[in-house]
Amino acid sequence: MLAYIIRRVFQSVIVLLVVGLVAFAMFRFVGDPIENMLGQERTQEDVERLRSKLGLDQPFVFQYWKFLKAAVQGDFGVSYRQGRPVAEILIERAPSTLELAAVSGTLAMLFGLGLGVYTAIKRNGWVSNLIMTTSLIGVSLPTFLIGILLIYVFSVELGWLPSYGRGETVTVGSWSTGFLTSSGLKALILPSITLGLYQMTLIMRLVRSEMMEVLRTDYVRFARARGLRESAVNFKHALVNTMVPVTTVIGLQLGSIIAFAIITETVFQWPGVGLLFINAVQFVDIPVMAAYLMLISVLFVGINLVVDLLYFIIDPRLRANGVGAH
Amino acid sequence: MNKIIDAWHSDLAWNFRNSPVAVVSFALVFVLVLAVIFAPVIAPHDPFDPSTLNLINGFSQPMTPNTYTGDVFLLGSDDQGRDVFSTILYGMRISLFVGVFAVAFAMILGITLGLIAGYVGGWTETIIMRIADVQLTFPSILVAMLIFGIVKGVIPVEHRDQMAIWVLILAIGLGEWVQFARVVRGATLVEKNREYVQAARLIGRVRWVIMIRHILPNVLSPVLVIATISLALAIIAEATLSFLGVGAPPTQPSLGTLIRIGQGFLFSGEWWILLFPALTLLTLALSVNMLGDWLRDALNPKLR
Amino acid sequence: MKFKETLLATAILFSAGASVSAETLKWARAGDGLTLDPHAQNEGPTITLQRQIMEPLVARDMRGVLVPALATEWDPSDKDPNVWVFKLRQGVKFHDGADFDSEDVVFSLKRAMSDESNYREVLASVVDVRAPDKFTVEIITDGPNPIMPNNLTNMLIMDKDWATANDAIKVQDYEGGQSTYAAKNANGTGAYKLISREPDVKTVMERFDGYWGVEQFPMEVSRLEYIPIQNAATRIAALLSGEVDFIQDVPVQDIDRVVDADGLDVRRTSQNRVIFLGMNQGDTDLKNDNVDGKNPFADVRVRRAMNMSINRLAIQEVVMRGQSEPAGIILPPFVHGWVPELDVVQDPDIETAKALMAEAGYADGFSIKLDCPNDRYINDEAICQAMVGMLAQIGIKVNLDSKPKAQHFPLINNLESDFYMLGWGVPTYDSEYAFNFLVHSKGEAYGSWNNTRYSNPEIDAEIESLASEIRLDVRDASIRKIWDQVQEDVLYLPIHHQVLNWGMKSGVDTIVDPEDSPKIKYFSFK
Repeated sequence: MLAYIIRRVFQSVIVLLVVGLVAFAMFRFVGDPIENMLGQERTQEDVERLRSKLGLDQPFVFQYWKFLKAAVQGDFGVSYRQGRPVAEILIERAPSTLELAAVSGTLAMLFGLGLGVYTAIKRNGWVSNLIMTTSLIGVSLPTFLIGILLIYVFSVELGWLPSYGRGETVTVGSWSTGFLTSSGLKALILPSITLGLYQMTLIMRLVRSEMMEVLRTDYVRFARARGLRESAVNFKHALVNTMVPVTTVIGLQLGSIIAFAIITETVFQWPGVGLLFINAVQFVDIPVMAAYLMLISVLFVGINLVVDLLYFIIDPRLRANGVGAH
Repeated sequence: MNKIIDAWHSDLAWNFRNSPVAVVSFALVFVLVLAVIFAPVIAPHDPFDPSTLNLINGFSQPMTPNTYTGDVFLLGSDDQGRDVFSTILYGMRISLFVGVFAVAFAMILGITLGLIAGYVGGWTETIIMRIADVQLTFPSILVAMLIFGIVKGVIPVEHRDQMAIWVLILAIGLGEWVQFARVVRGATLVEKNREYVQAARLIGRVRWVIMIRHILPNVLSPVLVIATISLALAIIAEATLSFLGVGAPPTQPSLGTLIRIGQGFLFSGEWWILLFPALTLLTLALSVNMLGDWLRDALNPKLR
Repeated sequence: MKFKETLLATAILFSAGASVSAETLKWARAGDGLTLDPHAQNEGPTITLQRQIMEPLVARDMRGVLVPALATEWDPSDKDPNVWVFKLRQGVKFHDGADFDSEDVVFSLKRAMSDESNYREVLASVVDVRAPDKFTVEIITDGPNPIMPNNLTNMLIMDKDWATANDAIKVQDYEGGQSTYAAKNANGTGAYKLISREPDVKTVMERFDGYWGVEQFPMEVSRLEYIPIQNAATRIAALLSGEVDFIQDVPVQDIDRVVDADGLDVRRTSQNRVIFLGMNQGDTDLKNDNVDGKNPFADVRVRRAMNMSINRLAIQEVVMRGQSEPAGIILPPFVHGWVPELDVVQDPDIETAKALMAEAGYADGFSIKLDCPNDRYINDEAICQAMVGMLAQIGIKVNLDSKPKAQHFPLINNLESDFYMLGWGVPTYDSEYAFNFLVHSKGEAYGSWNNTRYSNPEIDAEIESLASEIRLDVRDASIRKIWDQVQEDVLYLPIHHQVLNWGMKSGVDTIVDPEDSPKIKYFSFK
């Protein structure tokens, strides 16, 4: 097990390095930061000077190497856009994205599992069919449109919920939280629905489909025949056995919540890392883009690692075969 | 002829006839696909031909003659004076095309790599799954931007508009294959230790035959769930990319681009520019999803 | 640290008495200021934000008129035509209590002239800045410069001692790997002092009661919150739902909705910005067309035909919903050198245009790529789309390539585009500025935004003469001569002058600034 973890971590480092390399190769396609950094009254000479000063005239491999050398020391460089250290900006922005992701992830998981189990058990009930159908409407429209429609209804027409930002935040240590004020909690509602809706539907449908299969298998029938209580059968036997594919997908969805946060944060002007990234792309703020991608890579690789480890824990059949399978 | 009669009496067809949801969804998809195929015949205008447009026709209300030109548009006209009905027909063409091809691409790539990774194991698996990690790390938006950037540098200008569609397919497909690969690999890991696979191995079946004949059918259930949602998702992903400015060109809009354009008029009262494309997208995605739902339940031998 | 304490102390002091006339203004626009360092970014939203906190020697009021700020009078020196003398305002305090004098001006202007500064170009003609006494500053130029004060309206003044104490003598340095204190903090003499700043989230400012102009300006806003909201629909929703009081960029299609809403108003004015298309007319062959071996844009008849095919009134009516002024010249109306007869808008004449195309040998048209930004000007992409339709009528097949500004501008400045959209404002309010950047042949010092490859040595010489021509009538004649030539050669295809629309609660009283740069001290409440 330990050897496996070490091997996985080693592989993960290689993944991170590759991600960085690809990222640096593609930055020049996003645009030229120089145009944004100099005003309209710049000369060609200014452009050349700044370009060589930032090292942008070097091949991307050299730029990458320079970035890596500094990054291992925790220095992600200075944002071209804000003129502040990227690390400082990321630390400032991370809490808002993490809080949003946590709330929408929890919502998606709770409702996804609950509704999935419900619709699987009450397979042909009209409530189940209603749930299945309405959940589909939510994923049949693009996220940005759902966000804008929610704003239109709940902010503009009804005036119940804020249309942008995090509301009042309270700073605990270096962590600014919106959980402690009523305006902060209110501000979380629309963005987390927007962000979590798709994930919820996906989890729900997957849980339902897996549950229905397992409920048909012999050992569940056998358990039922033995006279075990229906709830025990449903949860102890059936649900547990749906967990392999469901864990995979939930693990993957946690990551994509962070990625999809880019859209939600743009629509709701949510001051998180997703918005930071979009701003960085628009401004071609290479240090911020690089750091963001690195951060996301670490996160995804970590999630993948955890999901793979959970496989071993959840499914005994894999354990029997041991580490050799990998 | 006999085959058709056989098909009519098959389990699947019986199941279909007895599922109102399936029949309605199928009818909707069928009508939309027909509309897409015959768009040039049905549509009153060709919205992709700029020389036929008259800007002054812009923002005409549905079924109401334009103040200046007197032209009447069934579902109104958009900010460029294009007939909304026609742009929806042509836009849906692009959306469906992108969706179907992107999912097919993602599915083939994902299943192949997932099966190989799960069954073969070892370094092959490591490499494939780590590539998947790299792929997952990049938000599809960024993948799309990268591919767009490269294509713009490589492809001559005249062909770029056509290429934009293929770029979208590639970008969305690349964003989706990992889902397939991960799930197929996960299921393969479980299946390959089952007795029937071991039996097949014992009687000397070749690896790829085992993978395709024996393992693949047994991992299809989760794949279908994902493929179902993926088709709708791919259509929607295209819309999202266009919201971020890297979707289909506005001169040849897809449904997603139309919605992106239309959402700008949500507050201003020109509801038809947003409502009709959004409803069409909703109908399309919803019926595809419902059809997929039914298909999954019907095809799954374990559920019968 | 000391600065922070003072800030905190004044903040507490102020909030204690604030209930008397506490009027908060929540002000939203699409983008945040990029930095508070006054010389690091020459960019509209950045300077607009900084202007609330810091001041130049000479400012523009909300009508664009030059008014005294930190300087009370300015004149060319009697002894030397190359010297401008500025008399400074006395008794001015910085927000931290320090006194303002000529030392700060010399420091700030030299900082603005340094290599890292974004304003180096604007001050390119300045040789030296010196202070004969505590309240006089002399600016020495490399030749007589009749419009020197116009170049100073964006040169904000910092406190020398504050900058020295906080290691902010140099302009923001990206290479150093460290944040400049001045990027996130500011100490100015302006009407508002900085309370807190979270970039891209919120910047809070409070009325500075020690401001020298406290008696002269309304200054009714006591607390100012500046909130960037990028997405247009969200921004307009925030105004409609009452979460913000004032937004600077109302999308043209939402104006009626805002006007109709209870308690909201839209105010408008012509902006100092004209939108136009540029064509590569200098190269012998184009990369982005389908004509081999020649350049259709090189033929003035083609350019005239294109100019004739544009229905500017339709663009104004439909794309801009009336919120633009069709243009016949690439110069905003309030800029020196603009005359009505140059800004005449022709009606489209497709027949004549087709005849011209045929005469030029392009009866069957040609195809060309049009590069267009999609996040820079009002409805930029929709305007370009409309151009596709209009040019199609004279046989020109336009392949529209629209993209974010970060990709658009490098494309045109690296001379990779043959046909592009550009918008231009003239902050000096003088034609010379437009000529220097847009008309003069592209070279080291001039023509850095002239990507048409147009080069006319006679015009170049005429443009260069403007900088040191102090006989105003001669200078004006030159300006007119240059514009006539530009029009004759159809150097650019003008489309329209942008119109600014500010949306606000009806209680807010202000006129609209033609540079889209609100100065909150002029705001009052009804």
